Amino acid sequence: MTDTVDKLVLRGRRVVGGIAEGEAFVTKETISGWGGIDANTGTVTERRHEKVGRSFAGKILVFQGAKGSSGWSHYFHMTRRLGSAPKAMLFTVTTAKVALGAVVTRVPSMTDFDGDPLSLIEDGDWVRVDADTGIVEVTKRRCGGI
Amino acid sequence: MRLTDVERKMLDGGEGRAKARAMDLLVRYGEALGAERLVEVSNVAGTWSSTTPWVQADLDRPDDFDAIFSRFNLDSDEMVETPNAAVSTCQLIHGLDTRNYKLQGFSDAQAALQKKSEAFFGRRGVQWASTCTPYQVGNVPIRGEHCAWMESSAVVYCNSVLGARTNTEGRESTGAASITGRIPYWGFHIPQNRKARHLVRVEIPVDAMMDWGLMGYALGELVMEDVPVIDGLTAVPRPMYLKHFGAAAASSGGIEMYHIPGVTPEARDVADALGGREPVATHHYGATERRQAWENLNSGATSSDVDFVMLGCPHNSAEQMWRIASLLEGRKISPNTQLWVHTPRQIRQLCDESGYTAVIERAGGHVMSDSCPAINRALPPGTEVVATDSCKQAHYLPAITGKQCWFGSLEHCVDAAITGRWSGMLS
Repeated sequence: MTDTVDKLVLRGRRVVGGIAEGEAFVTKETISGWGGIDANTGTVTERRHEKVGRSFAGKILVFQGAKGSSGWSHYFHMTRRLGSAPKAMLFTVTTAKVALGAVVTRVPSMTDFDGDPLSLIEDGDWVRVDADTGIVEVTKRRCGGI
Repeated sequence: MRLTDVERKMLDGGEGRAKARAMDLLVRYGEALGAERLVEVSNVAGTWSSTTPWVQADLDRPDDFDAIFSRFNLDSDEMVETPNAAVSTCQLIHGLDTRNYKLQGFSDAQAALQKKSEAFFGRRGVQWASTCTPYQVGNVPIRGEHCAWMESSAVVYCNSVLGARTNTEGRESTGAASITGRIPYWGFHIPQNRKARHLVRVEIPVDAMMDWGLMGYALGELVMEDVPVIDGLTAVPRPMYLKHFGAAAASSGGIEMYHIPGVTPEARDVADALGGREPVATHHYGATERRQAWENLNSGATSSDVDFVMLGCPHNSAEQMWRIASLLEGRKISPNTQLWVHTPRQIRQLCDESGYTAVIERAGGHVMSDSCPAINRALPPGTEVVATDSCKQAHYLPAITGKQCWFGSLEHCVDAAITGRWSGMLS
């Protein structure tokens, strides 16, 4: 173990402005809103999803994008009203669903990165999102125990 | 974003506070998409549903429909008065069947609130089609028409089968589109984005309702949100097959548009569908993929004791209702099983008058409208094991309700309703 902290920076396009930081919740898969999450807790509920049973509430949600029902925006809108929203959204595939969902969740959101956030960011990394300047700073979670 | 003078006036409040808030949302949404401008739409399908607990939370009174409209149809913290719809606007499926609400576990007060909301928004121009399939009850946009529709199964039908143009909108964007007649010019509004990128070669005959569903479910996982052209189909599909196919493809993946050369309106042949480009990927759909889709759909079910059979997702056509009535004629469903058959309220009227409803009810089933269990989470009391002929319902119900769900053909499901046992197998 060393004291070196691995940091990396990604640049991308603002979807919704603002600044947020927190722990990363990363899935290479898309997420269903309606029928795929429990908006009360921010938990993924889709039966065969790699993150089933885990919550993105209060985390930086790093994911491919949205799939499924047009209830996507309403369900993420509800996570905001119920206090279970992610702190920010970083996604790789822009759809109307995910764009509107990010807008009404009203959290800093970005896409169109110069590197692949789904492989560069891992669960537990500390992520600072500045959507206004289009910069994501990732501090890698240190491996090998504390 | 570039706005026209008319749009700028709306944004600046010259057409009232509601339109100002609507334009504010559309500009935020358009910028999120990276759109350069808005486009005029003439047909909006969304939801003004006002009875769910989430929507009802934090209201001074349950019938404060202006507050609900402001919050959930415009994403506005400022409360505005709901103006009239500016363009043709219909309500999609919602939470409560105004005739069968007691079966769904709703109170008289909740049904009264639903009817009050229908009157409130109806007076402002919202047509209570109350179905996930507005195209089955007269709302059929013409080829090239710019629309703003919600409901993934309706969106894929609108783009692919009708050749009208819509993205998969949400509650907030359709609310704003209805009163402004605008939506971001992005995605499927732009002709080149409507071309296929994936080629799917079909290697087995697909000419039955269940097989169209299985193919849709398989293709959704293969193509995700991209546009496929489907080559090798030998039989001309029925509208209900395409309804089932699109709903399945929009559940396992996010397909919003597909082409079937010679059948759907924007593809004379494969090359036309691809716009002269090479496909980014070529997939095969054969017996292996069909079986995998079946197994994926049925992977969460273990108990053969079926408590509840759900038919009609997306909502049944009149023809499907007649087939169900024919299969149930003179028979009785198991005392251990409930059967709910879903169809738009307008088609239910047709079924009432044609005698189909009476046949289904004599067998012990119920003809339901306006909603479905995946939308309102209402299941008959004690339900643990569901059977359905819908890939979409089989995909979502386990996640939404935590119940086991079997998928099969209509015949498998009617057999399960009669015997109380699941014995569906893939032949």
